[in-house]
Amino acid sequence: MIAWTIYITFAGAVFLLFLPRAFSRWLALITTIATFAISLATFFCRDLDLAHFNTVVRVPWVPALGMNYHLAVDGISLTLVLVTSITAVSSVLFSWDVANDQRPNEFFFWLLLVVAGSFGVFLSADLFLLFVFYELVIVPKYFLIAIWGSTNKEYGAMKLTLYSFFGGALVFIGIIAAYVSADSLDLNELVQFRFSPQLQSWAFPILFVGFAVLAGIWPLHTWAPTGHVAAPTAGSMLLAGIVMKLGAYGGLRVAMNLFPQGFQMWSNWIAILAVIGIVYAAAVALRQRDLKFVIGYSSVSHMGFVLLGLATANVLGVSGAVLQMFSHGVIGALLFAVAGRMIYRRTHTRDLDELSLMELNRMLPFAAFVFVIASAASMGIPGFSGFAAEITILIGAWKTFPIAVWITGVGMVLVAAFTLRALKKSFFEGESAIPSGDVKELAVSPPLMTSPAERPIHLEPISVPEKLGASFLIFATVAIGIYPKFLLDRIQPAVEAMRFLKTGG
Amino acid sequence: MSYLDLLKLAAPEAIVTLTALVVLVIGVTTSRGTAVAGVSPAMPRRAAAGTAASTAFCTLVAALGLVIAIEAILMLPAHANLFHGMLVTSPLNSLFQILCLVLAFFTILLASRETPNYGEYLAIILLATIGLLLLVSSEELLMIFIGLELTGLSLYLMTAFDKTDIRSAEAGLKYFLFGSTASAFTLFGLSFIYGMAGTTSLAAIAEGLAAQSLSPLLFAGIVMTLVGFAFKIAAAPFHLWAPDAYQGAPVSSAAFIASGSKVASFVVLGKIVLIGFGPVHGSADWHAMVAGWSPVLAVLAAFSILIGNLVALVQTNLRRLLAYSAVAHAGYTLLGIIAGGREGFSATLFYTTIYSFTLVGAFGVVALVRRETGGDDLQDFAGLSARSPLLAGCMAVFMLSLAGLPPLAGFFGKFYLFSAAFRAGANHGLLWLVALALFGSLISLYYYLIVLKVIFQTQGAETRSHSILAQNGLSRLTIVFAAAVVLFLGIAPQFLVARILDALP
Repeated sequence: MIAWTIYITFAGAVFLLFLPRAFSRWLALITTIATFAISLATFFCRDLDLAHFNTVVRVPWVPALGMNYHLAVDGISLTLVLVTSITAVSSVLFSWDVANDQRPNEFFFWLLLVVAGSFGVFLSADLFLLFVFYELVIVPKYFLIAIWGSTNKEYGAMKLTLYSFFGGALVFIGIIAAYVSADSLDLNELVQFRFSPQLQSWAFPILFVGFAVLAGIWPLHTWAPTGHVAAPTAGSMLLAGIVMKLGAYGGLRVAMNLFPQGFQMWSNWIAILAVIGIVYAAAVALRQRDLKFVIGYSSVSHMGFVLLGLATANVLGVSGAVLQMFSHGVIGALLFAVAGRMIYRRTHTRDLDELSLMELNRMLPFAAFVFVIASAASMGIPGFSGFAAEITILIGAWKTFPIAVWITGVGMVLVAAFTLRALKKSFFEGESAIPSGDVKELAVSPPLMTSPAERPIHLEPISVPEKLGASFLIFATVAIGIYPKFLLDRIQPAVEAMRFLKTGG
Repeated sequence: MSYLDLLKLAAPEAIVTLTALVVLVIGVTTSRGTAVAGVSPAMPRRAAAGTAASTAFCTLVAALGLVIAIEAILMLPAHANLFHGMLVTSPLNSLFQILCLVLAFFTILLASRETPNYGEYLAIILLATIGLLLLVSSEELLMIFIGLELTGLSLYLMTAFDKTDIRSAEAGLKYFLFGSTASAFTLFGLSFIYGMAGTTSLAAIAEGLAAQSLSPLLFAGIVMTLVGFAFKIAAAPFHLWAPDAYQGAPVSSAAFIASGSKVASFVVLGKIVLIGFGPVHGSADWHAMVAGWSPVLAVLAAFSILIGNLVALVQTNLRRLLAYSAVAHAGYTLLGIIAGGREGFSATLFYTTIYSFTLVGAFGVVALVRRETGGDDLQDFAGLSARSPLLAGCMAVFMLSLAGLPPLAGFFGKFYLFSAAFRAGANHGLLWLVALALFGSLISLYYYLIVLKVIFQTQGAETRSHSILAQNGLSRLTIVFAAAVVLFLGIAPQFLVARILDALP
């Protein structure tokens, strides 16, 4: 049944092209809600063994080359399918304002293609099929950003596309290496195959880095902030919520699972890059003036946690990484929704200094409320999914890389710092607010201090779809924050079945 | 070996020859009539009507002839060999003969009805097609050379056919000068081969060469032979004619040069080196090169990929861009031949087939846009998606297939080629070429996306006459069909791969 998420989304995308414009967003919404219903229903399906990567569909595709149309599902992929559908539903809700003269059909067509391709990646059990879906996601992103984006959109779109394709090229080499050595493309068969250590030593880093480009691994993360900033709101939400997960998932499912020895050789380096990413991105975010850049770098920082979790190679760390993928998908989407849709669409600026003059907490109380919650979740306050995920990762990492945990602690302080700074500047720093003690920030802000009374700002109120979308995401993060066992119970057995785990980990 | 056999086995060629003559006669008689009528201003309308009728009749006859020729090929026996390989019937030859006829059919459908001396133009296309049929079906050096010359001379004429355009004349002259020099080299090289092996039949050459070591004389012969083919397939550094010919020639001629001529050249090149020169394969492995034809081709491929892609980056004319990308694609396609073996050759054949369909379609779009806007620079395509969503969608299919993105045929083709090359060398010795080709694909994605960006993102402010894009039903049908083929072979590559693999011995 879970395979229908892919078919429904593709069918919805194709139908969109032939429907009148007025129906496009409704069709997109119905499609994404259907996929959400399917993935949630699969969660409660008792007779499904989620501990192993069990085949759902298997049809010969190109027998001459041993390619099959082979879908499978386990706890990890199901979790990611769920977060994909959640992000998809909310991103459709948050792009309810794509007007009829902005080619809504094409917009939702590309959007659904990204979603469908991502479902495909998470469910593929054939290496070639996985790569097909993986590459399928690249081009829709380009059009989403280049046509409907904002700041510097053509540059951001092209950069993102070329980075993705570069990662894809590396993945391609790794996949062909595995295919040619083992003469099979079936993931479940490849997992049984013993690749020579010499092959693993070079194929693993190529494959992992190729995937990790999309996960925003430092120093190949620079596409993420520019891409997020340039993208339309739904585009940023998809990028943060889904596309970055594709990379992490590929690294876990393909690179680590196929080449365990290579992984052991290189896991220290991954951990180092991950920790650098966490701290560096957080530090950079602290100095950004564009709200979306702040969130973009926070995405990189959060994805650093995922990579750190993967590098630990024990059940807790890796399960935490998967949980963090879910959590960041929801929280990242929420943050971008506030910044892009609620704030930018109304104020037409994302500059923190300009926003600080607008007293947005009074103008847009609901947006302020959502942003406070999202920030809290992003900082890792207990009760939200971010906390559950990060604490799991850190416990896992403590066993393998104790020093990394200390450094990451610094990173978490920085995350809290930049999140609070963004929160304060965007919503809670009106004219009446007492100037903060931070002299530097005041020096940076330009002297165009017109008082809000002089500026005739009229901001349209928050619309119903926005409220629905935001509530949906908040519910998801709070639910998992309070009861992470719901996901962890399904993730952990699947992780335990993987073969790269360090013994006794 | 009676002449009746010859007549039977050469039926396709004979039918096409007959058709060419008939079309020529119709064209000459009616065009003279219209010329006379054009002089007297009294009845221009009847003259115009007469011309339209005669062009339609010519098209019909030519198309019918091609269809009958395809029928004739289907009725040939599965295996036959006349005069020591001068005319060979085999499943492989028949498959590619049919393909050449289909491509000629498309070319005729795309040809502009306003071409002066339309009948003669069609006759030349048909003559070139006979050359292609001979090339594909012969396994003997002399016949191959005759086929090359027949194709070449017809193509020179087709290139220079637009008498109103000075660039067409320039292109024809350049093509002719380069082509005749290359033919001279080939003939000289073939004479060396004949001197060393004592025969002109490919199979016998292989036996003759197996007995002797690679002498400098033989090597010189091989290199000179390959020069001629490198010219035909527009591999760097013998590609200099291609940009001018692609840009200056009438669009349908350019389409035929890029498709039919290329397919036949790759088929025959593969046969010559893999059958005839089999014993002097050499090796193109990194750090382990052994003299032979494969290092020569590897160097050609490497140059083509680099030069083609890098120069294509700065093109502002779509046809020149396609020409340089053709150079790059010749490089990719050579990878399969370098890899050798059944798998490598079938990968090359698959790729060149889908490539030819892609280019026929792309040139079809160019032809329509050129008729509408009077130019084929990139800016002439601005806002095509608003003017004709259908053509824009087809163009997206072609460009993304060339870039190698799923679910289009180019993606599978590249995967097939690169995995064949990766598998071939001992210890993955061809990895350097594969990496180079992937790097080339990365570059190429940039310029293909620029084309699509111009088409989709820029909304043409001025709405020009929609009529031209909406008319030309035949051309639109051809384009849509080509796009459908590219999409179909991307989703179900098995359809063609199985046929090629069955046909290969």
